[in-house]
Amino acid sequence: MKTFINAFRFMADNPHLLLTKTGEHLELSGAALGIALVLALPIGLWLGHLHRGLFVAASVSNVGRALPSLVLIAFGLTILGVGFWNNTAALVVLAIPPILTNAYFAIDTVDRDAVEAARGMGMTGRQVLLQVELPLGLPFVLAGIRIAAIFVIATATIAAVAGGGGLGQIIVNQASYGLSGVVAASLWVSALAFLAAFILSVIRRAASPRPVPLP
Amino acid sequence: MIVAGGPVIPNFGTGSSCEVNNGWFCTDWVRQHWGDTLQPALFQHIELAAIAIGIGFVIAFALALVGFRFRLVDPPIGIVSDFLYTIPSLALFQILVPFTGISLLTVEIALVSYTLLILYRNMIEGLRAVPEEVVDAARGSGFTRAQTFRRVELPLALPAILTGLRVATVSTISIATIAPFVIAKGLGQPIYAALSQDIFKTEIFTAGGMVIALALVADGLLVLLQRSLTPWVRA
Amino acid sequence: MPGQAAELVFDEATKRYEGRDGAAVERLSLTVAAGEICVLVGPSGGGKTTALRLVNRLIELTSGDIRIDGTSVREQNLVQLRRGIGYVIQQVGLFPHMTIEANIGTVPRLYGRPRSWIHTRSQELLDLVGLDQSYATRYPAQLSGGERQRVGLARALAGNPPLMLMDEPFGAIDPIVRARLQDEFLRLQKEVRKTVVFVTHDIDEAIKIGDRIAILRTGGHLAQFDTPRAILEKPADDFVAAFVGRDRALKALALHTLAELELGPPADGPRIPRTSTVRDALALAIEKHAQVLAVTDGDAVVGSVTRDALLS
Repeated sequence: MKTFINAFRFMADNPHLLLTKTGEHLELSGAALGIALVLALPIGLWLGHLHRGLFVAASVSNVGRALPSLVLIAFGLTILGVGFWNNTAALVVLAIPPILTNAYFAIDTVDRDAVEAARGMGMTGRQVLLQVELPLGLPFVLAGIRIAAIFVIATATIAAVAGGGGLGQIIVNQASYGLSGVVAASLWVSALAFLAAFILSVIRRAASPRPVPLP
Repeated sequence: MIVAGGPVIPNFGTGSSCEVNNGWFCTDWVRQHWGDTLQPALFQHIELAAIAIGIGFVIAFALALVGFRFRLVDPPIGIVSDFLYTIPSLALFQILVPFTGISLLTVEIALVSYTLLILYRNMIEGLRAVPEEVVDAARGSGFTRAQTFRRVELPLALPAILTGLRVATVSTISIATIAPFVIAKGLGQPIYAALSQDIFKTEIFTAGGMVIALALVADGLLVLLQRSLTPWVRA
Repeated sequence: MPGQAAELVFDEATKRYEGRDGAAVERLSLTVAAGEICVLVGPSGGGKTTALRLVNRLIELTSGDIRIDGTSVREQNLVQLRRGIGYVIQQVGLFPHMTIEANIGTVPRLYGRPRSWIHTRSQELLDLVGLDQSYATRYPAQLSGGERQRVGLARALAGNPPLMLMDEPFGAIDPIVRARLQDEFLRLQKEVRKTVVFVTHDIDEAIKIGDRIAILRTGGHLAQFDTPRAILEKPADDFVAAFVGRDRALKALALHTLAELELGPPADGPRIPRTSTVRDALALAIEKHAQVLAVTDGDAVVGSVTRDALLS
């Protein structure tokens, strides 16, 4: 218990340090998530719309899960060297599978009757996707983005071993910050992950045609 | 911090020239250190993951029985397991250390926590997806409640349960790579060590490849298990 | 295992749901004689499925009683009661993880019958419901809708129950296959002579299948309980008349065969067997623009019937 009291004391004593590291953490996570969204979302949605590429969507998610974050970070470090972009690249690779797979299945499993009706009324493929399939599949798409965000924030912590900056730098450096500092940063980054997950849950709920239970 | 440290002049031991120059992949290093480093790490890794999956499965199954029977407790169980799932693994390890110390227990508690959400969700959803008319037919044929569960609901939920087990197994093997931040065990250990030794490439690639291979092999074995246990799915 | 056919008595059977106005089934009293098919028919919300499920206590009575061969369902062990009643539902509810043989053997297995016994029995039953014995090793997903319903019927018969409950068993099957299954069910019933309670919303099916028909109106009131002929010819009230339909006179023609009519001397005309219904004969007369039909027995013309005679 004493450690926890000290951890909160550490937070109170070092607000500037924690805020700076939080900023770095968000910068890294945000960049990775943004790039992954730009790369994976259109592919997932379009494949789902065509009902093609089940094999791709399923394999990407399987392989994605089998890639341990530390291994990704280490590979990135080995191949690309130290720096912001190698970590970003590793995090992008990690964020793509849940986004792509969920986007694919979200669109693929939309009620075929609704799609058929939309086509029958003369919508183009693009209109069907944007006006019917995407609104109906959106909660599931957002669920994938939420998982990706949780992964990225968690792994950005580990990226500290590869010069990533962020809150992980405090967690892996007990020598400098002491156990109370390490625990403080751990709690802080957990809170950050909760916040991100919560915000995405709220968005997902707002986007649901019917109320969906929160998490 | 690892990358900032290390000697000024790289020193990769007295091995072959490949090792001295930190080449992309030195087969002789792998051969030399299979017995003293890689193989023990692999076995430790399997042990770490197997314990976590076993305990996680038992806990999740018990929770799923309760959550399936009493719908009221399902949302709280879901929220708690989702909450655990959200905590970054490295942070969860460190938060547990003040309670359970630098120990195997700390690592296993964290690994088990991450299996719960996946296993619980799949079990509950598998059980809920059993068609109403099938349960109706079972009860109408004179199955007791226990017989309906054991002979109808549970077997029909099996594909979903095993899918959950596959996902949980693969992610546990993956997350167990972080264990060396607490205890020196598993395939994360050689990776961690290689990162500290000015990024010794061979060790990183070998150990990293082994984790991925382990995950894929475990997944493949579970697919075979799934196929043999649920022959009606492909029918 | 239970025996042949049982008498089923509904005695003021009532089901009310708390917080809902009116009863689902209101003081339903009727007796189904052993070996008879009683069809419960009525509009949706008429409580016919509820009445059916009160018998095997998938729904519990609020008041009144239901007796099978004199024994109240309330007094019987729930599980024993259900094992002694065959139960067939519209969605069939085959167990997807079991082979057809295992599905058919469900109740015998609950009675602890040995595997070899179950194998023989399921082969017999596959024969009885008109499926090839090779179906035994397949899974339900490999069967068509009509085939699944046949297996559902075989499963319900496997325990040789004295009473069968059938809830719209042919409701989800296309009209052509449905007609064939109805015919086969009637043929089967001649062999097995069970007491059957059969729920449908289709009055034509009720007329075809039922020895007696119970018409239930909204709120679970029994509007009329009688033979198909009596219901068509003397509907008890406006509700029954409306439910049976304005063409009830035409439907009634389907209940009489030419054999029941007084035939004229043999004459020339389109041929029709004397076992045909009056309705079919009339349809033939209209189709062929004929005033007189030749009635046959085998190859021989045994008489004739005029269009006017058919209409009277």
